[in-house]
Parts: sequence; C-alpha cells; structure tokens
Amino acid sequence: MSAITHDTHGHHDAHDHHDHHEETFISKYIFSQDHKMIGKQFLITAVFMGLVAMLLSLLFRIQLAWPGESSDFLSLFLGETWAPGGVLKENMYLGLVTIHGTIMVFFLLTGGLSGTFSNLLIPLQLGARDMASGFLNMISYWLFAISSVVMLVSLFIETGPAMAGWTIYPPLSALPQAVEGSGLGMTLWLVSMTLFIAGSLIGSLNYIVTVLNLRTTGMSMTRMPLTVWAFFVTAILGVLSFPVLLSAAVLLMMDRLAGTSFYLSDIIVGGEMLENHGGSPLLYQHLFWFLGHPEVYIVLLPALGLSSEIISTNARKPIFGYRAMIGSILAIGFLSFIVWGHHMFVTGMNPFLGSVFVFTTLLIAIPSAVKVFNYITTLWRGSIVFTPAMLFAIGLVSTFITGGVTGIILADSALDIAIHDTYFVVAHFHIVMGMSAVFGMFAGVYHWFPKMYGRMMNTRLGYAHFWVTIVGAYGVFFPMHFVGLAGAPRRYYDYSVYNEFDTNTYEMMMDLNVIITVFAIIAAIGQVIFLFNFFYSIYRGPVAVQNPWRSNTLEWTTPVEHVHGNWPGALPVVHRWPYDYSKPGAEEDFILQTVPLAEGEEEH
Amino acid sequence: MSFKLITIIVIVLGVLAVSQLVRLYELSSKLRNRREEDVTNRDNKLNANLLLAFMLFFYAGFIYLMTEYGWTGRGDAASIHGETTDWLLNLNFIIIIAVFFLTNTLLFVFAWKYVRKPGVKAYFYPHDNKLELIWTVVPAIVLAVIIILGLKTWNGITGDSTKEAIRIELFSKQFDWTARYSGDDNLLGKFDYKLTTQENELALLTTATLDSAIRYMEFGKADSTVLGIKLLENKLNNPKNIFIPEDRIKMETDLDRKTRLLRLLYQMKARHNSKLDASAYDDILQKDTLHLLKGKEYEISFRAKDVIHSAYFPHLRAQINTVPGQVTRLKVTPTISTKEMRVRKNNPKFNYVLMCNKICGSAHYKMKMIVVIDTHEQYYAWLKSKTTFKDEFLKPATVVSDSTAAAASVGDTTKMGM
Repeated sequence: MSAITHDTHGHHDAHDHHDHHEETFISKYIFSQDHKMIGKQFLITAVFMGLVAMLLSLLFRIQLAWPGESSDFLSLFLGETWAPGGVLKENMYLGLVTIHGTIMVFFLLTGGLSGTFSNLLIPLQLGARDMASGFLNMISYWLFAISSVVMLVSLFIETGPAMAGWTIYPPLSALPQAVEGSGLGMTLWLVSMTLFIAGSLIGSLNYIVTVLNLRTTGMSMTRMPLTVWAFFVTAILGVLSFPVLLSAAVLLMMDRLAGTSFYLSDIIVGGEMLENHGGSPLLYQHLFWFLGHPEVYIVLLPALGLSSEIISTNARKPIFGYRAMIGSILAIGFLSFIVWGHHMFVTGMNPFLGSVFVFTTLLIAIPSAVKVFNYITTLWRGSIVFTPAMLFAIGLVSTFITGGVTGIILADSALDIAIHDTYFVVAHFHIVMGMSAVFGMFAGVYHWFPKMYGRMMNTRLGYAHFWVTIVGAYGVFFPMHFVGLAGAPRRYYDYSVYNEFDTNTYEMMMDLNVIITVFAIIAAIGQVIFLFNFFYSIYRGPVAVQNPWRSNTLEWTTPVEHVHGNWPGALPVVHRWPYDYSKPGAEEDFILQTVPLAEGEEEH
Repeated sequence: MSFKLITIIVIVLGVLAVSQLVRLYELSSKLRNRREEDVTNRDNKLNANLLLAFMLFFYAGFIYLMTEYGWTGRGDAASIHGETTDWLLNLNFIIIIAVFFLTNTLLFVFAWKYVRKPGVKAYFYPHDNKLELIWTVVPAIVLAVIIILGLKTWNGITGDSTKEAIRIELFSKQFDWTARYSGDDNLLGKFDYKLTTQENELALLTTATLDSAIRYMEFGKADSTVLGIKLLENKLNNPKNIFIPEDRIKMETDLDRKTRLLRLLYQMKARHNSKLDASAYDDILQKDTLHLLKGKEYEISFRAKDVIHSAYFPHLRAQINTVPGQVTRLKVTPTISTKEMRVRKNNPKFNYVLMCNKICGSAHYKMKMIVVIDTHEQYYAWLKSKTTFKDEFLKPATVVSDSTAAAASVGDTTKMGM
C-alpha cells in the first residue's frame, strides 16, 4: 500500500538514501543508462525515421497516381538528379520503395515499438529499478541511432540508395551492374542493418534477462501484464531470428566483395559473364525469411500486448482469458518460426515443402482468432472510456481482423500462385503492419505519455488524429486488395503499361491509384496533428497525475517525476494479477497489483 | 519559388493558430476544472457513435468497391487449373468475408453499445473455458477444410505433366522474355550459360555454338568493343602501352577470368556429344509474343540470365520465379483463346500477357510479353512461318567463319586425342 501513497514531493527525501548522483546533460539526455530515457530516445528516433519513410511513400504514391506528370513536390525533395523536371526516375522509384519498406519494418516498427515500450515498461511493470544492464541498454540504443544515420545517409549518395526491395534478394542486390543502387547504396544498407541487428540483439537479451530475473516479490510469470509477456516473447523471437538475417547479410557481403558464390550461379549481367557457379539465390530467401516471418510477429506482438493492456483498462474489465492470451502469444511465437516458406511458394522451391508450410501457416490463424475473440469479449458488457489510446486499440483489433483474414488466402499455396507479389499482398501486410502495429504504437504513446513525460497529451487532438488516421489508412490500403486481385504486380513504376494489353484493367488501376494517393495524403496530414500534439504536450501539456487512467499495473505507482531507480522507497510487492477491474465487492473499479488480497477474496 | 514561400508561411501560421487554439482549450478546461484524462460523457458518446458510423461507412465502401470492380477483378480464369483455383478462391473469400463482417460487427457494436453509462459497472468476467474452447475448435475445423482443399489443389497444379505435354522454355533477362519451342522432337536442347554469344543468346549447346563461344572468348567481338583473350594479352604484353594502374588491374582481372572460362569451355567441348546437337537445332526461338495452343497441355521451363524474375500469367493464374543457375517449371493448359476472351471481356484490344513479377531493375515494369492463345489452325500456321535455331544460327552470313571453326574444331579434337 505504501507505494501508492507516495506523492510527487515524497521522492525528494528519498534522494539522500539512494546512491543518486548529480547528472550532467550528457549523462541524462544523451548517453543515458536509464531505461525510461532510453525508451524515449528510441521513440523520438523512430518517430523521425517513420516520418522520413512516410514522406518517401508520398513521393512514390504521387508517381503512381499521376505517372509521368511533373510535380513540384517531387522536385522539391528529389531535385534534378532523381526527379528531372519533377518526374520521378525509375531507379529512384525502386530506391524509395526499398528504403520506405526497410525503415518502416525495422526502424519504426521494430526499433520504435519494441525498443520504446520494452524499455519503458518492462522494468516499470515488473517492479525493477532498471534493466539488467543499463550500459548494454545504452549501447543498444546507440547502435540503433548509428544504423539510422547510415540508412539515411544512403539516400544522399550519388548512385542512390539500395534499390532491390526491402527483401534485397540477390542476385539483384549483389550486382551493381544490374541496378545502380546495388553499389554503395546496398553496402550502406548492409552496414546499417548489421548495426541494427547488433543493437536489437543486445536489447533483446537485456529484455529477456530482465524479465526472468528482476521481477519484484510476488510478480510471478502468471501475474505479469500481457504487455510484458508480449515483449518477452518478442525478445526471444528477436534473439533467435535476427542472427540468421545477419548471416544472410554477411554472406551477401562476401558475394559482393570477396568473390564468393553463396547466392550466385551462372550469371551474365551487363555483358559480363561471371564465373560464379553453384550458389543458390534461394538460399538467401530461406535465410532472409527465417528472420522475415518472425519479424512480422516481432512487430505485431508488442502492439497486441499494448492493446491488451489498454483495452482492459479502458473497458474497465479484466482482459478475457488471460491464460489463453499468454498461450496464444506463445503459440504465435513458436509457429512463426516454421512458416517462413509461405513467402516462397512460387520461387521454385520444392512444392512438397510448400505444402508443409501451408499447413503450419494456417495453424497460426487459430491463436490469432483466439486473441481477436478475447478482445471482443473483453469489450462485451464493459464500461468503455474512449481515450485516444482506446480508440487506437479498437482500431488495432479491427485492422488485425481485416488484415488477418486475407492472410488465409495468401497462406494457401494454390491461391497464392495467382496473387503472389501483387497489390493484394501489399494490402495484406500494410493492414497488419502499417495499420495494426502502428495503431498499437499510437495507442501506446497516448496511454503511456504521462509516464514518459509527466504531462498529458491533448485528448481532442488525439481524437482528430485517430479519425483522420483510420479513415485515411483504410482508404489507402483497402482498395489495394482490388488492384491486387486484378493482377497488378507490386513495385511497378507505372501501371499505364496495362494500356497496352488490357484497357479495362488499366482504367480501374488508374482510378484506384488516384483514390489511394489522395487518401495517403490525407492520412499523412493527419500525422501532423499527432506530431504537434506530441511535441507541444512534452513542453506545455497539463501536468499528469500519478495514475491518470486508474490502472492496476505497477508503473502507475511510481512518482510522476522520473527518479533513478523508479521507486523512491522500497520496491513494490505484488499480490495479485494486473486485471482486477470492476471486481465485485471492491470499492473502486480498479485494484492496484500492490493491494493484498482481502479477507476471503479469491485471486481471479 | 514564391509558391514554396507561401506554402511555408501558411504552414507556420497554421501551427501557430493550432497552438493558440489548444491553449484556449486548455484554459477553458482549467476554468471548468476538467482534467485532460477525464473523458466527458459527451465526448465518450460521440466517439462511440462515430465508431458505429465508421463501421457502416467502411462496409458501404467495401460493398461499393466490390460491385464497382468485381469480385475478383480480373475476369475468368483461362486455364484448367485456374478454374479450380478460382473456385477455391471464391470459397475462401466467402469464408473470410463472413468472418470479416461477423467479427468487425461484434467489435464495433460492442464498442458502441457498452460505452460508459453513469451508474453501470462493467461485468467482471475474466474467463470462460467453454467459450474459449469453442473459438479454438471452430476455427480449427474451418481451417482443416481450407487446408485439405488447398493442398489437394496445390498437388494437382504442381504435379508432373503428361508425356504429351508440349515442352517450351521461357528465358528471362533484364528486361524481356524469349520463348523457345522444342520443335518436332518435343525435346528442348541443352544449354550452358558460358556459351552465350550475340548469335546464341540462349546459350544452346551444340558443336557449332561451342566453337563460336570459344572463338568469342579468344578473339572478342569483331568491332573490338569486347576484347578477347588474344588481344588482351597483346595489349598487356606490349611494352609500348602505358596504362593507369586501375585500367591495368581491370584488364588483368578480365584476362584471368576469360582464361579460366575458356578452359571450362574446352573441357565442355572435350566432353561434348555431337548427337545432342539435333535436339537443340530443331528448337524455335520466339521474341515479343508467346503463342500457345488452346486446350493443349504445356510443360514450361524457365531460366534467368542475370537476376531473379518472375513469370506471371495473371489470366492463366500461373506464376513461377525464374532463377539464375536453376531451372524452374510449371504446367498449364490454356482453355480460352484470345479471340474468345476478347468477346467475353467485350474488349477487342484485349491480350493475354506474361509479366515480370519480381523486382529486377529499373525497367522492371516494362518487362512483359504478349501471350496469344491460338486455335489449332492459327497456331500451326504461325509455327510453320518460324525458322529453327539451326537455320538462324548457321545462316549464310556466318557460314564462312563457321567452316573455319569446324576446321579448328577438328584440329582440337585431334589434339585432345593425343
């Protein structure tokens, strides 16, 4: 009980009997070892990277909607080199697509989502003073920061950034003769990703160790909030899969620089007959997707974890089926390792192998369905408060359904043949990653902003942001299903080629591409509302109270003003699970985890 | 420039205006003693209603798109297995669209219905094993059906083709396709990428192409845009030539590479069985347009010269990647001729197409080949007009040099014999 009664003044006395030392600007804001500050560093860096990637997408969306038309917007950002006369160059189109994908998947959704919230919430929700190793945590962030810089630098070099798609399949990515972005641009991409992987690995190990060892008294694994469960499984996925991507990248680097033939065989490019023989481009694809698929869940699980917490808090109800939720997180995590081949049904991989992957992939639908039904049941007979975070969490569930069901089509190899690599796929993964995961991130930011900055974000601007975003983003990605079903390959610079053989489809694509781009511009403008709200509130937002959402978890027992070590006094002791909302017999509609069970009270 | 200036000014003024509004809003909240985290009942109700309205708007949009752009958007499948997969696709769509409507409706309706109401407490309902069992088992059963049907179809599509299937090959490179028909023997001639020359783009393996590849490696192009081994050696060994070091290194690497490749070519030549020539000589090469015969089964193999491409026939519902260093395959039986499809689509200009569907470089989007599905007469009339690889390769222009090559090859074999 003691922990709750700490008011904001109490912690000043605590300074003396803690080894709290005076912090300089550098040790507090730059080379900080405090998990809360590192979380914020991840967030700001990722938000910046996300903005860049969103801008890139606007640039190529303009080309897709109005192919070949001169645009001031394009020439403003790309200049004469990459958009002569305001018309995007073919090469740069591929470069933009590649870097957009890379930044969104890795820098925004991996670094931003797992990096920010694992750092912020794991120690706070477990009752730990900090991460297991603050120093490694700092290194993890700085590797991420440097890799971000390297990735951005690659946009500005003479031969342009990597242009082989975010999956960088060799031989295209291995041969500068095939596309100019596979020169220095690709080298920088590989260097950047190597740094990123190292950072992510260190971070993940730290999260795992913290979860296993630093839980406070009474915080058993089955009393952890679902957020922490999600971060924990995410970290395990990261540790097991990112090194495989690293090995893929190293082999690719050797093919490029040392003349090896891991991925190259019997190639003639740019008039030059290469000697490489015996390598297999499929080897790369296996290695890449061995990371690539778990990566989807590395992106999604934290978002699902955050939304579990937010939906439960704002529905004022316990999350339905807590153990089933843990079970499905574990099942999704496990299955995500044996499904990578569903990205490779039409690569020439043995069809029998394909059928095995069909089976395992479709199994994932079961735990996913369980999660969705549990969310819906949590809302049932709740007493819902629509904070912006709650709206985004509901948006997440909707998009998780919409994007999830199309996965069933794509996982079915026989059906995948006709829609593989079309806009149907683009629609599918943007709705799950570009919407669900991003909504989870927004929900998290709105919900834990008071914990991060001690101030509140503006609610009404939050509403405006949500409504513009969900309408805009669905408007972008939903019509893409239809473009894809009509057979439009992805990564095409100009769909007016359809005019040469199928005028009906041509007209449809031109119509829909304009609609999609208009919605993309609307959605992008909507993000300005968020940015304004975010930065304004950091400095000018109303000061937060200790537990603004009347939530149960431990982070809301810490003082509003950050202290090193999180709790000024002794660490809190946990007596119950985190979802005792509206428990019959309780006075309030929430009971903090630190409250001991009352006489005769059963633990859920 | 003034346009940009005005844009920037508008943006700055906009930000200032919004921050003043927010300030105003905050002051009024303070006056009314409302804290930011307290969501008023009015706001709460508004958002609940908006969620419901959004759901309806969303569904309306979906139905509009479906009626406007069609159920699957690309017309009838024009191949036997395409008809099966379209049937399966429709079945799957019915299932997933039902799930989509059901769960989204539950989500939005619950969100709308159970908005906070004064005096109503949420129902404490942490779990229910029976419910959880239901929504684990029901999806599992539905998925079992999907998996079984899917795999049955998949095995049918990817299985071996019959003996009668016509064998053709599609060769892909940045940024076009070349088709190779197996000719009368229905056997595709062998190939090796090292045999690639200007006259033999598909690197077919015959005695003559071997010789021409060796000659090309030794002497380069006639216009000396590509230097052969001999000329490289001469240049490098001539003391009068002075090179900047990078150029010299470049030439030396080039020479080394070519020497090694030449050795491999000689080895190939030594092992070559000239009986195989015939199967390559009767092959027919075809650019720009791929002709297929309606109702006939095709066994198509695929090769890539430089990077991965993907052979995508959207209307035939067929796709396979083409991979350097590897031969991929698929089988397909077209069922609707181009003419018939034009009538069905009510579009006299419609054509089937083969597109590249794997990012392959700057002109990726232009890499395509028109596919014509002919009736019997049209197909054979077209086939008759084509010349075989033998006639192409050994046409009069190259006959002179070829006889010398033949002589050279005789000399080589004797040398080998010794």
